Amino acid sequence: MSAVANLLPSRGRAALLEVTDLEVVFRRRGRRDVRAVDGVSFSVDAGETVGIVGESGSGKSITSLAVMGLLPDRGCDVSGSIRFDGTDLRTLSNDQMRDIRGRDIAMVFQDPMSSLNPVVTIGKQVAEVLERHRGMSKDRARTEAAGLLDQVGIPDPDRRLSEYPHQLSGGMRQRALIAMALACRPRLLIADEPTTALDVTIQAQILELLKQLVAEAGTALIMITHDLGVVAGLCDRVHVMYSGRIVEAADRHPLFAEPRHPYTGGLLASIPRLDSARGTPLTPIPGSPTDTLPWARGCAFAPRCPNVQDDCLRSAPELRPLPVQGGRELRCYHPLPSLLLAEPVAP
Amino acid sequence: MSLSQAEAVADTTVATEEVGGSLVAEAWRLLRRDKVAITGAVMVAVFVLVAIIGPWIAPYAATDRAGAVTPTTIPGPSSQFWFGLDDLGRDELSRVILGARQSLLVGVVSLTLGMIGGLALGILAGAFGGWVDGLVMRVCDIMLAVPGLLFAIGIAAMLGQSLQSVMIAIAVVNVPIFARLLRGQMLRQREADYVSAATSVGVRRRIIVFRHIVPNSVSPVIVQGTLTLATAIIDAAGLAFLGLGGSDPSVPEWGRMLVDSQDYLSGAFHLAIFPGLAIVFAAFGFTLLGERLREALDPKYRR
Repeated sequence: MSAVANLLPSRGRAALLEVTDLEVVFRRRGRRDVRAVDGVSFSVDAGETVGIVGESGSGKSITSLAVMGLLPDRGCDVSGSIRFDGTDLRTLSNDQMRDIRGRDIAMVFQDPMSSLNPVVTIGKQVAEVLERHRGMSKDRARTEAAGLLDQVGIPDPDRRLSEYPHQLSGGMRQRALIAMALACRPRLLIADEPTTALDVTIQAQILELLKQLVAEAGTALIMITHDLGVVAGLCDRVHVMYSGRIVEAADRHPLFAEPRHPYTGGLLASIPRLDSARGTPLTPIPGSPTDTLPWARGCAFAPRCPNVQDDCLRSAPELRPLPVQGGRELRCYHPLPSLLLAEPVAP
Repeated sequence: MSLSQAEAVADTTVATEEVGGSLVAEAWRLLRRDKVAITGAVMVAVFVLVAIIGPWIAPYAATDRAGAVTPTTIPGPSSQFWFGLDDLGRDELSRVILGARQSLLVGVVSLTLGMIGGLALGILAGAFGGWVDGLVMRVCDIMLAVPGLLFAIGIAAMLGQSLQSVMIAIAVVNVPIFARLLRGQMLRQREADYVSAATSVGVRRRIIVFRHIVPNSVSPVIVQGTLTLATAIIDAAGLAFLGLGGSDPSVPEWGRMLVDSQDYLSGAFHLAIFPGLAIVFAAFGFTLLGERLREALDPKYRR
């Protein structure tokens, strides 16, 4: 598998984050092992925005938790390397990892309603990060926290500082969480479906805010999402994951213009479009993510794939670079034809 | 008590997770309108007040011979002696009033000790997990396997006859209950999103435990504490009844008053009734308040 890493498109300089052959296996006594992430490799350059797209259970969140070092110690085997700025994060001690979290790498979680401590004021929770990593005094941190809240667009930040999370709306809470994550100007921010729990108008605002802050601070962003719409407006490069493996990786425009993996094609085809006639049914991907084949026996997507053929069921395809500009990778024996939009293709 | 009670109490955190900081305000609002809770609170207040100002409102001192008695004629309640006289001619009302202080003292001290011990063990188990958790919890299981009062009798007997040993005995019995309760809550909170969020920005483990996890885990402990006061008072009376109370006979003690009344039950049953009612009154007050507090903190009970 390490051959795959070498084939990654070279971008001139060393990447900020380089994940190579990441594998996460959950083991429970008396149960079959669950391979949640299976040989995932990708890299993120400084200031770049990378999307990781996939359905629930595709391993995208576990990948991000592995990068943060937040997976439980017990019952969970992680292998492969996660190099951040040249250091393999997996070799660091817990204390070293705690120093890096928040200062160099931070994360925004999915549900702003439960990601803030209900019994601690907003101000204290934001200031906590500043006291921890920038060694600020309580007063300095509080002033700085007010500045941060202002920066993420929370009106009247001085009053908000002494309020409790339940006094803020969902959108405001997510803004506060983004302020916490960006408090120390980390070089990498991981956003794990940061807008799924919010309503649509707020979603757009939060995405816009993230985009703007990331651009201002030069922070690299990994956007974990199941929503291709989010990716379309935000990401430089997109990795599509299915059942623990990357099945297609491409820059944003080529991916949307010409999805090659039948799964990516299916995802795109299932998005409702403004220009389709009223009453046209959506085109879902048949089956559910539980209808997978273990990668050891063939292509995991085969049971749901419109292009499936015999060889898909015999062995798993490798992730191969395509000979196109910009570096594109695909894991499929029978990809959608080039220069054709996502129409379901008859087998 | 106490396993089922403790488990029921454990359910209250659902509230903490959902309504957060408004929880206390909401519970307070509910309690203020709740007649049962107010009744409980008033009973508790009367008990505490009597315990504090007892010596000033009691008509006689604990050892005063207020009236003449013979072993066969012990006067019952009258306009002069509201609760009657005891076998030595002392005023029963005064002794019941003065006994309140002893009960409250035993209740509060043993609860405090038990809570401190239980919370310390609970935090240890909940914060470290792994083998520390396993060890602490197995010790708690062993302690919980012995019936509470029997366990307390054993400890009190081991420590010798004194008020302190009664307090320690009751405290020790309560330690595993609090430890288990807090540990369970902490395990639940440890998985909470805000803990991951704090961890993901590098907050130190000590701060995560004491600022984030513990404050979100204590509300069922407070409820359990109120209920435990009731059982501590009953247990103290029970131990005194079994001859394991304080050794100073000049200090009235409800449990021992019950023992002393045994010989005169046929002729002077008021000697058993009044201390008994006093115990019921105090324990009932705390139970009412504790139960309603639990319901107020638990959205499942809200109508």
